[in-house]
Amino acid sequence: MMKKQVTFRVFRSHTGERPYASHPRTESSVGKMSDYEVEYDEGMVVLDVIHRIQAEHAPDLACRWNCKAGKCGSCSAEVNGKSRLMCMTRMSDIMEETPENEPVTVRPMQGFPLIRDLVTDVSWAYEMNKKMVPVNGPDKLDWEFNQNEADRIQEFRQCIECMLCVNTCHVIREHEKFDDFAGPRFFVRMAGLEMHPLDTESRIPQIKEDFGIGYCNITRCCTEVCPAGINITDNAIIPLKERVVTEYYDPIAMIARKIGIKR
Amino acid sequence: MYDYECHEHDVVVIGAGGAGLRAAIEASSMGVSVALVCKSMLGKAHTVMAEGGAAAALANKDSRDSWKTHFRDTMKGGKYLNDWRMARIHAQEAPDRIRELETWGAVFDRTREGRINQRNFGGHTYPRLAHIGDATGLEIIRTLQEKGVHMGMDVFMEFTVCRLFTSGGRISGCLAYDRQRGRAHVFKAKTIVLATGGITRCWSVCSGSWEYTGDGHALAYWTGAEMGDMEFVQFHPTGMIWPPSVRGILVTEGVRGEGGMLRNSEGDRFMFNYVPEMFRKEFADTEEEALAWVEEVISDKQATNRRPPELLTRDVVAKAINSEKAAGRASEHGGAYLNISWRPADQVRKKLPGMYHQFKELAGVDITKQAMEVGPTAHYVMGGVKVDPESQESTVPGLYAAGESATGLHGANRLGGNSLSDLVTFGRRAGLYASKAASAMDTWGEIEEDEIQNGIDHMMAPLNREGGENPAAIVHDLREMMQEKVGIIRTREQLVEALDDLEALRVRSQSCSPGGGVIYNPGWHQALELEAMIDVSQMCALAALEREESRGGHTRDDFPTPDHDSWGKVNSVITKDSDGNMKIEHRSYPPIPDELKQLLDSDDLDGDS
Repeated sequence: MMKKQVTFRVFRSHTGERPYASHPRTESSVGKMSDYEVEYDEGMVVLDVIHRIQAEHAPDLACRWNCKAGKCGSCSAEVNGKSRLMCMTRMSDIMEETPENEPVTVRPMQGFPLIRDLVTDVSWAYEMNKKMVPVNGPDKLDWEFNQNEADRIQEFRQCIECMLCVNTCHVIREHEKFDDFAGPRFFVRMAGLEMHPLDTESRIPQIKEDFGIGYCNITRCCTEVCPAGINITDNAIIPLKERVVTEYYDPIAMIARKIGIKR
Repeated sequence: MYDYECHEHDVVVIGAGGAGLRAAIEASSMGVSVALVCKSMLGKAHTVMAEGGAAAALANKDSRDSWKTHFRDTMKGGKYLNDWRMARIHAQEAPDRIRELETWGAVFDRTREGRINQRNFGGHTYPRLAHIGDATGLEIIRTLQEKGVHMGMDVFMEFTVCRLFTSGGRISGCLAYDRQRGRAHVFKAKTIVLATGGITRCWSVCSGSWEYTGDGHALAYWTGAEMGDMEFVQFHPTGMIWPPSVRGILVTEGVRGEGGMLRNSEGDRFMFNYVPEMFRKEFADTEEEALAWVEEVISDKQATNRRPPELLTRDVVAKAINSEKAAGRASEHGGAYLNISWRPADQVRKKLPGMYHQFKELAGVDITKQAMEVGPTAHYVMGGVKVDPESQESTVPGLYAAGESATGLHGANRLGGNSLSDLVTFGRRAGLYASKAASAMDTWGEIEEDEIQNGIDHMMAPLNREGGENPAAIVHDLREMMQEKVGIIRTREQLVEALDDLEALRVRSQSCSPGGGVIYNPGWHQALELEAMIDVSQMCALAALEREESRGGHTRDDFPTPDHDSWGKVNSVITKDSDGNMKIEHRSYPPIPDELKQLLDSDDLDGDS
């Protein structure tokens, strides 16, 4: 079997580093990049190489993972500076994009506080999740609606909560609007609730006031990194923005209609 | 003296997959205080990996279905070693448990009439699996998570439970460590629900997530609970086999439910040669009939033809693929070819989006154009904590178990789709009865300080050792050994060797040293998991050695057929004796009452099959 050598340059926390290094942080204040020389085999993904580093060099290298099949969204990291799931990133693709004689870099998500090595504190997401108003539909067990109504929201239900979209979103990453902005993941969640055929709640005031959807200026960074392929910007955020506009009679809606942007 | 944090809850649920979340929701709704303690982040548990669907006799797709047929199919698939009481409860209650998920936000695929759609699966007489494409587990865990966060339960994520405590023979709490902060925690509890999932990471080719190290199985065993049916491990017939790094990742049975065909290297559709006598009446004899069945199903008609043999139960299909390989007819990388590309590409992508994505991303294979290569993968353990069928209480008072960590429902072989419905049906029951029992108690049992200190000391031991092996090396060797000697086909010789090997691995594990600190240290965590992995592997090897026949998820090369007279009605029971040794005995469930017996196939019960 084909075996090849690679250098992985992986972020390691300083020994004894306290957990929950605040954000923003400078990399050197909390740790440093360490190089590991490892062999990799045909078909391997980045997470396999991280596991090999643990098995051969650094048993205590912290990394979060569960399913290794792209279904749980645990192993989010920044590989060669891009937000991705380590388990779905094939080494063959990584080697193609990495310049010759350069190492492959692996860093934790930079948008979230650091716990250790590649592991970040995503508790913000769980707090945000509690603020979502749950589905509210008929008071009976048998709910009936059609597949075409289901299709619209099933896309949003594919979210694996990897938080790569949030990590990439500049409203959070650069401007740290953790308190005023729900972030792409939760706009996806709310779109799923708002477009549910039997749901009777209105979340629009909350989406405008508490969740700050206006901060999003549609750069589509979130959509580009989504490993579940959800069209976050076009199918979730823009329709929610339009609902806000409609509900509040925002003059922008009139302009948008004039220049021909359809609702 | 070690420092630790102390918590008090009426009910502590360990594990936050489908069963744990459902238990915690039910207990919270009863007004008791609930702690949900989980090894991973919330919503990441192994349940997310479930693909094909949840079995419930909703009869939305085929009006002929009923709980009685579901009961019959479950018993037949389990080769009649199931606890018939659990099989009945499950068949009767699963439909409401599935419907209720929609009122909590789940969105299942629909029938043309707008009701929950159902798909065909191995061993189920009618289309019975409620599903969302091939990502049903994700939908179920997300729905339960979204419901659960509004129920007022306290959630402790990335906490690993290392010990259960009892006082006066009754459960009184547990010891855990918090990976993010590296601290020890004691949870005082009136009752505890174990919902820790399975054990399949003890095999090198498996479909389980990292959590599947048998923690709950071991915790219960160490606490004195009876463990049943540990020889029965389901090898799912279709795991990915190429490239090597993805080996074992599940390929949903839904592929076969949607018309996927299995062929060997010679192009033969070999499953026609492996239909067991007990299933012969229900399966097609010819490719024409099998295809006619698929056409009926795709066009939403009630099936009048018999189903393709690819939809035989998982034990049968896995062994068939294994036999084809042994006969020199394996696919290029040692498995079989599974082909769905004969159906239109858009239908494949719609019905099996996850599989399309998975093969495209991980193997560079387009399943709308090419065949998949598949082979058996360790997928599920039918064995686990023996529980009361109604309440799910174990033989340790106050300790409950639900889902894969419990045993009884599936007998010798689980039907696909019966796991997700098991989680919500018995998760709910465990939560209900655990909270009722907790409500009836005035106060918590005492936990001796000595016991806590000993527990923490034991937990810290790997970090206090130096110069030993990397625990990853021992885990690797354990998994290779189990794959080779306690795998899909077993022999007495290999099982005896396995038991010896496990003792050697145990000695190695006791001197391993991961190094590093207490905060988020995977090496340390692995060193702690090893103890459980070795004990559950031993349970499996011991029970497999004792059962001198082949049945369901247990196949002995030296005893290749079922032996109904000696083994047809006995289940293995493992306990820890007073000297700390593992002991095994055999026992039967109460006889099946006549009114339920009538629902079963009388030929199976009397004759050879």
